Amino acid sequence: MLLRFDSVVAGYGRGDILRGLDLDVPEQAVTCLVGPNGAGKSTALKTLSGLLKPRAGRILFEGDDIAGLSPARVLARGIVHVPQERSLFPLMTVWDNVLMGGHSMRDRGAVRRRAEALAERFPIVRERRNDRAGELSGGQQKVVEIARALMLRPKLILFDEPTMGLEPKTRHLIFETVARLHADGHTVLLVEQNARAGLAAADHGAVLDGGRVAIAGRGADLLADPRLGELYLGGSGPTANGSGGMNSPA
Amino acid sequence: MRWITPGGLLRGGGVFGLLAAFPFVERTDWIVNIGVFTLMYAGLATAWNLFSGYTGYISLGQAAFFGIGAYATGITFEHISIGSGYRPFYALPLIGLAVGLVSVPVAWVALRTRAMTFAIVTLMLLFIVQQLAFNLRSITHGSQGVAVPQPTFASNFDRPYYLAMLSVLALAMLICWYVRRSKLGLMLLGIRDDEEKARGLGVRVTGAKLIAWALSVGLTAMIGGIWGYYLFSIYPESAVDPLVMIGAVLMAFLGGKGTLWGPMIGAFVLVPAQQWALTSYGATRLYLIAYAGVFVLVLLLLPRGIVPSLADLVSRRRFRATDRPDVRPTVERVAS
Repeated sequence: MLLRFDSVVAGYGRGDILRGLDLDVPEQAVTCLVGPNGAGKSTALKTLSGLLKPRAGRILFEGDDIAGLSPARVLARGIVHVPQERSLFPLMTVWDNVLMGGHSMRDRGAVRRRAEALAERFPIVRERRNDRAGELSGGQQKVVEIARALMLRPKLILFDEPTMGLEPKTRHLIFETVARLHADGHTVLLVEQNARAGLAAADHGAVLDGGRVAIAGRGADLLADPRLGELYLGGSGPTANGSGGMNSPA
Repeated sequence: MRWITPGGLLRGGGVFGLLAAFPFVERTDWIVNIGVFTLMYAGLATAWNLFSGYTGYISLGQAAFFGIGAYATGITFEHISIGSGYRPFYALPLIGLAVGLVSVPVAWVALRTRAMTFAIVTLMLLFIVQQLAFNLRSITHGSQGVAVPQPTFASNFDRPYYLAMLSVLALAMLICWYVRRSKLGLMLLGIRDDEEKARGLGVRVTGAKLIAWALSVGLTAMIGGIWGYYLFSIYPESAVDPLVMIGAVLMAFLGGKGTLWGPMIGAFVLVPAQQWALTSYGATRLYLIAYAGVFVLVLLLLPRGIVPSLADLVSRRRFRATDRPDVRPTVERVAS
C-alpha cells in the first residue's frame, strides 16, 4: 500500500471536516474519491499535501508518517497536488510554467530534458510553448498543469476535481490523460464530483460521507452499488440524470 | 533550448559594438555628453527592471542607492587616495558590491510589504537618505556638497565616462539576460505573476527577491559612482533626486518592463529628447511637462511598452499565418 489515511481528523476553524478518515491507496492504480459536497474529498487532499494540518491521526506514505509536513516537504517526498482552481501562472509562457514544476531540481540540463520529454507526451506544451498560459482554454491549462506536475517524476499525483467547469469534450481529454498516466504506472488519487465518470476511470473508489469512508471497493463494483445513489440522493438508486453529483460521463 | 542563439549574439554584439564605436566616430563634446546621460539612464532603467520588472514590486527608491554610490565615490576620493584619471573606475565594482550587500537588511524589512505600500516605503527610503545627506555634515558636508577632483584625460574628456557607463550598462544587460534564463529568473517571474502560487510550488520567494534587489542596487550604485565622478560635485538634491528615478521608471515602462531590451530602448527614445529640451529651454524644467505627456501616451497607447507591443504584433501575424483560432481571452485581445 503506497498511502494510508489512519483515523485522520482535520478541518477549518472550529469544525472538523474529516472525522476519522481511514483510506488505503494502492500503488500504480487510480483511486477515486467521490461523495456529496462537504463530505471531505478536497479536505483529504489538502491534508495530505500539507496545505492543512491534521488534528489527529496518521498519514502513512511508503510506511512513513507524513502528517503535518509542509507542502515543500510533501512535494520532496514525491507527492504533487493539481488543485481544483487554475494554478498556472497566466502571464508566463506555457514552457516557463512547465519548467517551474522542476525548479527545485539542481541540474538545469535535466530539467530541460524532462520538459522536452513532457512536451513530446503532451502536444499542447509543444505547440503553445511560447504562448502565455492565460491564453489557453481551461482544459488546455489543466493538461499543462498535469505536465508540470509530472516534472518531478512524482510517486503520487493528487487531482482535485480536474474536470470541474469544463465542457464534455475537454472532460474526455482529462480522463484520457488520467488513463494514460495509469497505463504509464503512475499512482493517482482523484477527487471527482462526476461520480460516474470518476469511478469508471478508477481501479478503486471510495465514497465519502460526513468525513469518513462510507463505502469502498473496486470502481466498477461501486458504480453498481445501490448505496451510492442513496448517499447522493437520499434513498433513490444510481441515476444518470446528473443531479446530486451523479453526472453522466463525458 | 540553447541559451545563446546566433541571432541573439548578433543583436547584442552589434548594438554594443556600435555603441562602443560611437564616441570614436562622433567627437563633438555635447553629443558625447548626451550619450553619457543616455547610457546612464539606460543602465538605471535596466537595473530597476532587474528587480521591479521581474518581480512586479515597483520600487521608487532606487535613487537613494544612486546617491549613495555617488557619495561613496566622493568620500573615497576624500579619505582614501585612489588617484585620478581612470583609477576611480576600478573602485566601482567594490562600491557596487558593498552598497548591494548593505542594502539587503533594508530590503528584508521593506519586502514585508507589497504593491503600493512597497512603492511608498521605498519612496520614503529615498527621502530618508536625502535627509541623511543633508544632515550628516561630517561625511557629506551637507548642502555644501562633496567636491571631487577634476581629472585630466589625454583623450576627449567625456569619452572615458561614456565607456564606463557603457560597461556598466553591458554588465546590467548581461546580468538581466542571465537571470531571465536561470532558475532565479523563473522564480522571479513566478513571484510577479502570483507570489502565493510560487510559494505553494516551494519557491523560496524572499531569497529570490533579495538576490534580485541586491544585484539591482549594486548596479545602481555603480552608475551613481560614475555620475559623481563626472560632475565633480555631489549635492544631496541632485544625487538623491526623485526625478532621476521617475525618469528611469518611465523609460522602463515605455520600452517594456520585464523585457531585456525594453528599458534600454525606452532610455534611447526619452533621454536624447529630454537633453534636447534641457538645452533648448534651459532651467525652466519644461521637460517635466513632456515627461507627463509621454507617461499619459504610454498608458493610453502602449500600456505594456514598446517591446511587448511589437512582440504581440509579430505573434498575431504568425497566428494568422498558421490559421489557428484566436483563443485569447477578449480582455487580452483588447489590452494588446
